[in-house]
Amino acid sequence: MRAAVIVFPGINREVDVANAIEMTSGRRPAMVWHGDSELPDVDLIVIGGGFSYGDYLRCGAMAAHSPIMSEIKRRAAKGVPVLGICNGFQIIAEAGLVPGTLMRNDHLKFVCADVHLKVETSQSLFTNRYQAGQVIKVPVAHGEGNYFVEPNMLKRLEDRGQIAFRYCTAAGELDGSGNPNGSQDNIAGVFNEAKTVLGLMPHPENAIEAQFGGSDGKALFEGLVDALS
Amino acid sequence: MKARVHITLKHGVLDPQGKAIGNALHRLGFAEVGEVRQGKFIELELGGSDVETARGRLDEMCRRLLANTVIENYSIELLA
Repeated sequence: MRAAVIVFPGINREVDVANAIEMTSGRRPAMVWHGDSELPDVDLIVIGGGFSYGDYLRCGAMAAHSPIMSEIKRRAAKGVPVLGICNGFQIIAEAGLVPGTLMRNDHLKFVCADVHLKVETSQSLFTNRYQAGQVIKVPVAHGEGNYFVEPNMLKRLEDRGQIAFRYCTAAGELDGSGNPNGSQDNIAGVFNEAKTVLGLMPHPENAIEAQFGGSDGKALFEGLVDALS
Repeated sequence: MKARVHITLKHGVLDPQGKAIGNALHRLGFAEVGEVRQGKFIELELGGSDVETARGRLDEMCRRLLANTVIENYSIELLA
């Protein structure tokens, strides 16, 4: 699997996600600067976490108009998979690659903690190594992860199975007590309609080694390697 | 030409910052304060002199960058 990781000014998890990809695929991804307008021929495009452009205006708003984004949109339209994590999710939401938007956490505090997620479907490039309904533990680290989408669109997301992950309790309950930011319907990650683009707030790339608090995120990258190699 | 753009959260969209400001005002003794909504104010200088053209361009700026129309409304004020 050949991957490209996009580097924006102000992001800080690009090396973590590149390491996760290298560990699972055996290939170091290409690091592509946001000011470039060309992408190498790759099987996967990844936008990682951080604070692109200092979160000016709205988180992800500036980055969504970077030169490289036109090419990413073109590739995504052709079906090249795109993974946006944390700030990457905010960027691809601003760019219109996935529906909805990420607002300030409802409690107004930055949250850095392990959370539990319920995998909503195993029928995607990103989740094929998980079971539907499986509960995994991965960390979040964000101030603006409060997912919002208009009610009509929310229903469409549900009907089309575009919700990838929901925040839950350790026991897998969706009662809201496992929701770290006020996200609508406990939504932690969503797909585009074709399920070739995934945006999620939690950091699977920071849960790939047992000695660092857990490895539940590793299967996401392994699933991508299975599907794209 | 100068333009002022006001960006506000749509009704029905929770505004936790506005709520926190309201709570702080209550603590300061401003008991008359009801709901508080926070927004953004952007002032721009524009070249050209045609008001209609400017309005159209500003509308496009708002839709493409300045506002996120999933959650925000915007209004444009033009000053000669």
